[in-house]
Amino acid sequence: MKLRTSSRKRGRGAAVALALAIPLVAAACGSSASTSTTTTAAPGGGGGLTPPEQNAPVQTSVGAGEGQLNLIAWEGYAQPEWVKPFEQQTGCQVNAKYAGSSSEMVSLMANGGGGQYDLVSASGDADLRLIYGGDVRPVNMSLVPSWKEFRPFLQSPAFNTINGKHYGVSLQFGPNDLLYSTKVFKTAPTSWSVIYSKKYAGEITIPNNPIQIADAALYLSKDKPSLGISDVYELTQPQFNAAVSLLKQQKPLIKAYWNLASNEISLFQNGETVVGAAWPYQTGQLQAAGAKVADTIPSADGATGWADTWMLAAKAPHPNCAYKWLAYISTPKIQAEQAVSYGETPANADTCALMNKIAKGSCVSLHANEADAYFKTIKFWKTPLAQCGNGKSDCVPFVDWQTAWTQITG
Amino acid sequence: MTLVAAPEGRSKKRVARTSAALWRRPWLRATLTLSPPLAWFLVIYLASLIVMLVTAFWTVNPFTNNLQHGLSLANFRALFHAPIPTIIGRTVLMAALVTVADIIIAVPFAYFMARVASPRARNALFVAVLLPLWASYLARVYAWIVILTKDGTLDWATQHLGLGSPNIGYTNTAMWLVFTYIWLPFMIIPVYGALERIPDSFIEASADLGARNVRTLRSVLLPLALPGIVAGSIFTFSLTLGDFITPELIGSGSNTNMIGNVIYDNIGLANNLPFAAALAVVPIVIMTLYLLAARALGAFEAM
Amino acid sequence: MEGRATRVVLVLWVVGVLLFLFIPIATIVVFAFDKSNIQSWPIRAYTLHWFSVAWDDPQVKSALWLSLKAGAAATVLALLLGSAAAFGVHRYRFFGREAVSLVLVLPIALPGIITGLALRSFFTFDGINLSLVTIIIGHTTFCIVVVYNNVIARLRRTSGSLGEASMDLGANGWQTFRYVTLPTLATALISGALLAFALSFDEVIVTTFTAGAQNTLPIWIFGAIRLGQQLPEVNVVVTFVILLTVIPVAIAAKLTGGGGITRSSVRSAADG
Repeated sequence: MKLRTSSRKRGRGAAVALALAIPLVAAACGSSASTSTTTTAAPGGGGGLTPPEQNAPVQTSVGAGEGQLNLIAWEGYAQPEWVKPFEQQTGCQVNAKYAGSSSEMVSLMANGGGGQYDLVSASGDADLRLIYGGDVRPVNMSLVPSWKEFRPFLQSPAFNTINGKHYGVSLQFGPNDLLYSTKVFKTAPTSWSVIYSKKYAGEITIPNNPIQIADAALYLSKDKPSLGISDVYELTQPQFNAAVSLLKQQKPLIKAYWNLASNEISLFQNGETVVGAAWPYQTGQLQAAGAKVADTIPSADGATGWADTWMLAAKAPHPNCAYKWLAYISTPKIQAEQAVSYGETPANADTCALMNKIAKGSCVSLHANEADAYFKTIKFWKTPLAQCGNGKSDCVPFVDWQTAWTQITG
Repeated sequence: MTLVAAPEGRSKKRVARTSAALWRRPWLRATLTLSPPLAWFLVIYLASLIVMLVTAFWTVNPFTNNLQHGLSLANFRALFHAPIPTIIGRTVLMAALVTVADIIIAVPFAYFMARVASPRARNALFVAVLLPLWASYLARVYAWIVILTKDGTLDWATQHLGLGSPNIGYTNTAMWLVFTYIWLPFMIIPVYGALERIPDSFIEASADLGARNVRTLRSVLLPLALPGIVAGSIFTFSLTLGDFITPELIGSGSNTNMIGNVIYDNIGLANNLPFAAALAVVPIVIMTLYLLAARALGAFEAM
Repeated sequence: MEGRATRVVLVLWVVGVLLFLFIPIATIVVFAFDKSNIQSWPIRAYTLHWFSVAWDDPQVKSALWLSLKAGAAATVLALLLGSAAAFGVHRYRFFGREAVSLVLVLPIALPGIITGLALRSFFTFDGINLSLVTIIIGHTTFCIVVVYNNVIARLRRTSGSLGEASMDLGANGWQTFRYVTLPTLATALISGALLAFALSFDEVIVTTFTAGAQNTLPIWIFGAIRLGQQLPEVNVVVTFVILLTVIPVAIAAKLTGGGGITRSSVRSAADG
């Protein structure tokens, strides 16, 4: 339907459009908008950072529930099995947003959780980023009674406790262990050297995660002591380069870098890989399906590990429900339920018998019965920052780990 | 269609008056129809694109990890550091190969649908083409893992046929195959639309002028179908250019990085938003050029 | 027009393409019955267990419901805004018209991750909390494009003389719109709405950036695939969705005559 408009009216429509556009564009350009946290963290003396929220007021008691709780969690961390009883007991309706990576969690928690989210079950690699970004605030541990039952090394670990302030409640943890096919390896390998070995070329898999550079550094700390690697997350440039070059040498031997646990399970199930880095979760799933695999923490090198912390968002809209959740999720019974359901080890030390009641032998297979010395061999994830513990600031920050990882994988 | 009765009653008079007023002021009609969608686009979409692009000129302070405003070309320079150019090249090549494969598969199919099939068959085929779009993209990609993995369905089938074991799981070939599969309906529909619009008389005229089938195909059908093909290629090209889920699920991670997943990797824990935004400029520029070329080829008439 | 040999080749080609399109879908459906939650061929044991799991799962129900709500709202908004845009661009010559028609295609032409990223920074900038509303905003943005394309394609093919004839017969603008324009657009609107709803229902990339603590169905599926503990449940849900959508899609295909004006109806529109 062609309705002829006179030419002199032609400009009007466009004029309206432009009139709308100009102030918006001006506003956008002049703004300090960003999706990341832009709170300034003043570098303290000796290269130390101070968390922006360290002086935030801490709740002294838990009031009435607000009726709702918004969580950011790993899949499997908010199963109906323990969420439903919680909802019935406290009246707090739980909404879980599942995130697939630490990266996503940091992204979602931008701006203190945006006034949307209350808690995030962040792994160690994200914790420091969240703390120094001002996205999480300190937690009052006296409101979490079960905290006293936690294993000592998880009560105030370096990745969630800064200057004596707790930024979260440790939840569960697990090692990044070595998964191997029992058909190929008659005895458990004692060193990570097997995943760097040409003998298994094309049959190795490791996670597609820049934090793997720390695993390479861990191996080098034993294989090349002259590099002087002590903390695998605080690497100086020469140490970092050595780890990156080891990974580049390993690349032709890799069948695939796994992104999802189910990918790795599929690789082992179909016989595409015979050895690789994994979590106890994959081992459990594969063994339950009858695959001939086993896992181990190589005795010669140890392993890296991950430990999850429930962190409280700086702008949590439902703090009372949040504290109720923290108290609930750290009790022995719920810790045992989650550990067996997911395949990880509880922070609460009183869980062995309970775990065995749910699934026979789970206490041993998930190492919940081990003494603390066993866990000392695990180097838990923490966000690599430029600030090194020794007061210097020449360590490689995570942003460069990501760039290097893209170079490694190609 | 009966003659419309003369409006009567007060509200009908009001309607008649408004509509007459609008008739006399076409610019008012234009503003009223265009303002809502344009406002939506300007305020929500374009403004947010501009905000994102502005961050490409910022940098990340390595010590505090905060964004530093300012005008810096560091991120754009970083686009030239290995392996980013390779990744960009690989993504564009993959998008092109997927587009070509989809064109080859779609054109005969769409031709059959548009010109050979009976109306009932045509309806059934149309449903058949649309239906996969409703079966979750993720589930379909995941199904391909099962099919392509070692000793998966494909290996099983080829072994039974005595053709050995291709074992193409976790390769770039696998990614190409999955992309081709997933975007195929987006190519079939516009091509079908374009072919379907060609009047029979054109074919008859071409035959009358002495052209045989191949000549008619080449000189009459394909040129008229071209806008539809180009329209479909906009989808397949841009969808491949920015996808990060398929490389994550199907790719091996080794030399399979694509623009989409490098952008995605840099926006969370790495918090390197400026670099992600700078890298995002690449598909924006590529697609804008592609769109301009497509419009010149008349594709916008055929979408 | 085509020879027999050509016809046979075409039919074989069509069958081949149909197999290509549906073998993965068949795989999904078959594995819904797989006892093991590790999906690997061949299937060792079959079970109906996962159907009851999916049926009882509250997260599936709420995710499905949310997807339907978001899809419906986005489709309605897209119909209104997309048609308005199509009318505007088609009828009026204004400065920047070419640019506008280019901009209107961008949400589909630019990769989803860019749209998602841009929208998220917009919401954060304005302090808008992510919620169902932001999901709908995100979906509407690219659904507008689909409706716009369909409507403007139809507008270009319909004769302007119909509207003018209606005016000549004494109808005012509103009556012309209601009795003349709308019927000719009807099938374009239906197929636009169908495609828009399909896009919104299965959208995951933009949604992950614009959703708050809510899960649409694709996000739930993504989470379930990442968790990997109950994969066959995903297959059950997808199978169920496919079965549910066959009927509406078939009806819509019938109504639109196979996706557009068929040659025969062009002839009838031109005649009467």
